[in-house]
Amino acid sequence: MRPELMTEIEGLRGVNSVKIKEAHEAGKKVVGMYCVFSPQEIALAADAISVTLCGTSNDPIEEAEKELPRNLCPLIKSSYGFAITDKCPYFYFSDVLLAETTCDGKKKMYELMSKLKPMHIMNLPQTAQGEEALTLWKKEMVYFKEFLEKEFDVEITEDKLKEAIQLMNRERIAMRRLHQLNAHKPAPITGMDMMLAQWLKGFNVDKEAGIDLIERFIVEVEDRMEKGIYAFDENAPRILLTGCPIGLGSEKALRILEESGASVVALENCTGYKGLDVLVDEEKDPIEALAEKYLSTPCSCMTNNNGRLDLIERLVKEYQVDGVVDLTWQACHTYNIESFTVKNFVRDELDLPFLQLETDYSDSDVGQIKVRVEAFLEGIKS
Amino acid sequence: MYSVGIDVGSVAAKAVIFDGKNIIAKKITPTGWSPKESGQQLFEEIIEVNDIKRQEIKSIVGTGYGRISLPFLDQKVTEITCHGKGAYFLDASIRTVIDIGGQDSKVISLDSKGNVIDFLMNDKCAAGTGKFLQVMAHALEIEVGELSTIAQGVEAQTISSMCTVFAESEIISLMAEGASKESIAAGLLQSVCSKAYTLASKVGVKEKVFFSGGVSKNPLLKDLLSKKLHTEVISSEFSQYLGAIGAAVIGYKK
Repeated sequence: MRPELMTEIEGLRGVNSVKIKEAHEAGKKVVGMYCVFSPQEIALAADAISVTLCGTSNDPIEEAEKELPRNLCPLIKSSYGFAITDKCPYFYFSDVLLAETTCDGKKKMYELMSKLKPMHIMNLPQTAQGEEALTLWKKEMVYFKEFLEKEFDVEITEDKLKEAIQLMNRERIAMRRLHQLNAHKPAPITGMDMMLAQWLKGFNVDKEAGIDLIERFIVEVEDRMEKGIYAFDENAPRILLTGCPIGLGSEKALRILEESGASVVALENCTGYKGLDVLVDEEKDPIEALAEKYLSTPCSCMTNNNGRLDLIERLVKEYQVDGVVDLTWQACHTYNIESFTVKNFVRDELDLPFLQLETDYSDSDVGQIKVRVEAFLEGIKS
Repeated sequence: MYSVGIDVGSVAAKAVIFDGKNIIAKKITPTGWSPKESGQQLFEEIIEVNDIKRQEIKSIVGTGYGRISLPFLDQKVTEITCHGKGAYFLDASIRTVIDIGGQDSKVISLDSKGNVIDFLMNDKCAAGTGKFLQVMAHALEIEVGELSTIAQGVEAQTISSMCTVFAESEIISLMAEGASKESIAAGLLQSVCSKAYTLASKVGVKEKVFFSGGVSKNPLLKDLLSKKLHTEVISSEFSQYLGAIGAAVIGYKK
């Protein structure tokens, strides 16, 4: 049986799409974002709502392929498809969009998308190392702040920024505590529910209410743990899922893993733990602190990206992981190439079984992926 | 006591009976349109012909894509694990299995105990599979088994398309240009060999290499693979039964 509050968490999608409409009609500004590199704090400090935009469903891909190449990452196609079909309420009510120069596919897609709504692009450095990268990224923070000040005719003060930083840190701490519940063996929450709770936070219109719900959820789960209620039994292979982001509609790999008997205990991706690991330093100058936090994101678009291996190693130990699965979206070159490095690291350094799944949002390869996943799990159990 | 292993693939259903030491019987039938019926029938026939009673069977293990549809199994195991166990049973020194079946091609790497350490499968595409050869043989108006006989010792025509549908058009164009069936057949086998080579290289080939699956019945392809991999690739009369053997071995141990 699922924790009762999951129903409320799942309901957030509907609730939030109504709330965003109401807020927009009441004159509240909305900033739509795509990526974990996007500093939500700056939007919040501008007294705007920051939301993640839709991009995890297969449905709008057909429309997107009229303008985008078929052989492109499904996440980019889905995001663009939602934008041109107006099927994402969050996109519809966004006053401005925040884009970022992560991978080549997204960069060029954003050029097309920028014709639909006012868009600001933050230029990421190619590396997170060295003073110059941080200096550049700090400037980008300032440019985004100035863009919002001009666009919304507001002043983003240092106090406002500090307040937003504290709020976002509180959200991160709550999500982190939730994630860490699954370090327990056996895991109290399925990977599917964990993914849903983490992914849905992006659509939260009311951050305070969202934090409160997660905290209540943690209490419920802890209570169930005391009663000995877990999502899986002790023998279920414990899997760390890394690689490309997932959400509802693109949860194929996670679903197949759990249907085949695995317990996905850690989600080391940007819709999971990746963005929660580092908090924003509340003592420092806010812009500097934000630049440092967001630049520390261990994303494959950075070269090199050894931080990802460090995070995988830590999570593997903390969550008593039995195997690592790396999910790569079709045509995601950075994650796909990096998979070779991750495989060698997981096998040679961590001495764990590793499986890479390269796929898209469609169901056309579900049968084959099942065989691979089941064989992988049979290998762990033997 | 006996165990029965049944491997229902996309083209053929295979069953073996294992007595704990030896494979005492094997049988193969076309899968046809119903994996459920052909699997059931195959099981009934193989025990009847060998005069084995249901009570003498301790376990029936199924593998292959059709395993899901068989209601009488005690256990279902993926073909990857079964091929590993089957290879280990036949020859404990096998470290790499190249399996090319009707719809899947895969390369499996084994440790010294027959456990799967790594494997790779073809993606959602028929390039390099038995289906690929079947479609091409049809276009050449020959039986799939004849590909290897006619291609023997012939210079291969380059087939550049990996996609089954495009490759079919390509060979039709080649025939129109006057290329011989023999040279096209040789080219097709080269193409399957090169696809298997890529998979194998990614997994890393360790000796001894065993070739299984329906396509392993093609002796020329086995030779091509040996040359390309710079190591002897072996197969046996049990090559097509490797999955069923693995399933039976797993079932007996249970």
